[in-house]
Amino acid sequence: MTQDKISLLLDDGRRLDGRELHEIRPITMKSSVLDRADGSCYLTWGNNKIICAVYGPRELHPKHLAKPDRAIVRVEYRLATFSVNERKSPAPRRREYELSKLIKESLDSVLFLEKFPNGTIDVYITVLDADGGTRCAALTAASIALADAGIPMKGFITGCAVGKVADKMVVDLSDVEDKDGQGDMPVAMNYNTGEITLLQCDGEFTTDEVKEGLSLAIRAIGEVYKMQKEAVLAKYTQIEESIDDLGEEEE
Amino acid sequence: MTILVDKNQLVVPGEVLARGSGVDVAGGVYRKKINGETEIIASMIGLVKIRQDSVGVVPLEGCYIPLEGDIIIGKIVRVGLTSWNVDIRGPYVGALRVNSVLDRDFDSLRESLEQVLNYGDVIKAQITYFDRTRDPVLTMLGRGLRKLTHGRLIDVDPVKIPRIIGKKGSMIQLLKNMTNAQIIVGQNGRIVVSANSVEKENLVISAIRKIEAEAHTSGLTDRIREYLEEKNKKL
Amino acid sequence: MRSEAIVGVLEKQYVTKLLEKGKRSDGRNLLDCRPIQIIPNVIKKAEGSAMVKWGDTVILAGVKAQLGTPFPDTPNDGVITVNAEISPISSPTNESGPPGPRAVELARVVDRGIRESKIIPMKDPKLCVIPGKKVWILFIDVYILDDGGNLFDAAALGAMAALANTRLKRVVIDEDLEEVTLLDEKEPLPRKGSVASLTFAKIKDTIVYDPNLLEDRGKDARFSLAITDKGIVCSMQKGESGVFTEEEFVTLLDQSSSLVTPLLEKIEESSQFPEMNEMYHFDF
Repeated sequence: MTQDKISLLLDDGRRLDGRELHEIRPITMKSSVLDRADGSCYLTWGNNKIICAVYGPRELHPKHLAKPDRAIVRVEYRLATFSVNERKSPAPRRREYELSKLIKESLDSVLFLEKFPNGTIDVYITVLDADGGTRCAALTAASIALADAGIPMKGFITGCAVGKVADKMVVDLSDVEDKDGQGDMPVAMNYNTGEITLLQCDGEFTTDEVKEGLSLAIRAIGEVYKMQKEAVLAKYTQIEESIDDLGEEEE
Repeated sequence: MTILVDKNQLVVPGEVLARGSGVDVAGGVYRKKINGETEIIASMIGLVKIRQDSVGVVPLEGCYIPLEGDIIIGKIVRVGLTSWNVDIRGPYVGALRVNSVLDRDFDSLRESLEQVLNYGDVIKAQITYFDRTRDPVLTMLGRGLRKLTHGRLIDVDPVKIPRIIGKKGSMIQLLKNMTNAQIIVGQNGRIVVSANSVEKENLVISAIRKIEAEAHTSGLTDRIREYLEEKNKKL
Repeated sequence: MRSEAIVGVLEKQYVTKLLEKGKRSDGRNLLDCRPIQIIPNVIKKAEGSAMVKWGDTVILAGVKAQLGTPFPDTPNDGVITVNAEISPISSPTNESGPPGPRAVELARVVDRGIRESKIIPMKDPKLCVIPGKKVWILFIDVYILDDGGNLFDAAALGAMAALANTRLKRVVIDEDLEEVTLLDEKEPLPRKGSVASLTFAKIKDTIVYDPNLLEDRGKDARFSLAITDKGIVCSMQKGESGVFTEEEFVTLLDQSSSLVTPLLEKIEESSQFPEMNEMYHFDF
């Protein structure tokens, strides 16, 4: 254990941003934020800010890419040039291609693609401000945007990363903890069915730590899922409440 | 069978609505066997619909899926040699053949298809054939099917069309009666409104927007009637 | 919301019929602007940023700064560069991929307005840290998030507002070693005034200011000009295949000063409290 790793935890055992080991950062989610997109979501997760737009199901061009028995999903995960410490070139990097692929595969598992042969469902995600855990946040936002677009799905994908900081397993790594900690382990799943759709890690974990991490991640994902569900329904319940208010005023 | 939700409850994809056998599924849900027991799970955002032996979800978001017989409002997006491609706002582009538009012979040497229907033209047409593996086939031969040359075209959520029409056409009739506007509704989420003034058209459109936003609430017809009465006074 | 990829004959007809009577599809007068909201300082990782909601158009502009080598032909000047992304998020018709001609034109027009106005003093020692060796390079990136028409003015306003709340790290120079150290302490980017863009669309024979989406897509010609707070025209761009007459340009130039004032006021308002948004929060 190096001096650096210890300094990621304060003397009282809390983390640098004051969180408990298993505490997730504050999250906000809002659906239908864009006028043009078929479905959309704006999500903030700590200092992360993510916008996601869904278009489709729509005709796929060029047509030879189309699958005669189902729709394809195209995911574009991008970091805005100003979302990271050093300005990123606007052209996508290898990391963005890899994460786009993983996010797509994760979403594939919950979409009824056979309902839309020859079509495409396009999911565009841009990270506007990045602070660790963007792929899990992006998947969480994408599920909301897909439901908002009215695309039939088995359930939401919800994500949350865990990791190892100062020899302790912690939930929802910040950027600093991700970079200076001992390991990062993003997890995403369909919380209702228990099906895990994304699992990665980099760093050093014992097998017991991986097991502990998985169980911590699933618990955190349960919390995020609750918020996700509320966020999707908020659009409708707000209208209901405003109508109820009107009714009361008239009485 | 155990139903775990209430009638008209708002649900999201993934929520379990019912357990056990003997339940039929309506739209907006799917069935899954878990440990030998069948679960009925929502696949769309919407309102729970419970009938005697079935559970379903009336979706509040969704794209237009063509159904044979549907009356739609389309836009010409490509003029070919003997047919047109028509944007119908769904995942598929409609095909319209010249013999489904003209009930006479078409002389391709003397006339061009552009003279009949050109790019951007708006048409009222009917879906005659669709099976998801091939693009939907349209016709303009039929009562009221034609090129639409005046009025305001607006787009609405296709899943809200049943609400805009109302039970046995009650809502659309209310709109027409209270505004004297001509309203053509396409099942694909397009509506053409024409009235004797822009203000009247704006009123109809704002009422349609209100129906769209409040589609999931009850007592909507009464609220729309009150809304139109109030706004009519100001016109 | 599902929006239309194709503008049909009926929508075009509605826009042009009203314009013949001097009215607009959204109820505005010909020279009215849509409501504008600037939310400054919204991105924590950026040196400066602004979200602009211009009618139903939404853009996000961010400024990143890094120390680098000046261009050989301008060894005593800091560097400024504008890039625009017409993101596929913004419209069903905007496709993903490297910037096309439309995005490049947009970026270059915004760039020219800021550069030629000289409101950022590039030779200022705060920007030209060691002449010929180390200067600040400012990257202004504009993301179009919702394309509701008139991207030029919204992008230009966002870029300007982002510059107006940009703060650079303080630099300590070791003259002997010609080395620099960056401090955590930040100071505002030097700025002399501001600049805003005005865009007009010509549809048949009528000219409107701040075209909405239907007008933008049905326009025959476009004219944008950038004007500083001192009333100097520092960039113009006529676009699309349609044409203007001399009289039309003269009329638009005459109207420009009254139209630009509210925009310049908004920029100043948004820059007065660069730290007011320490939560880096914005909402749609």
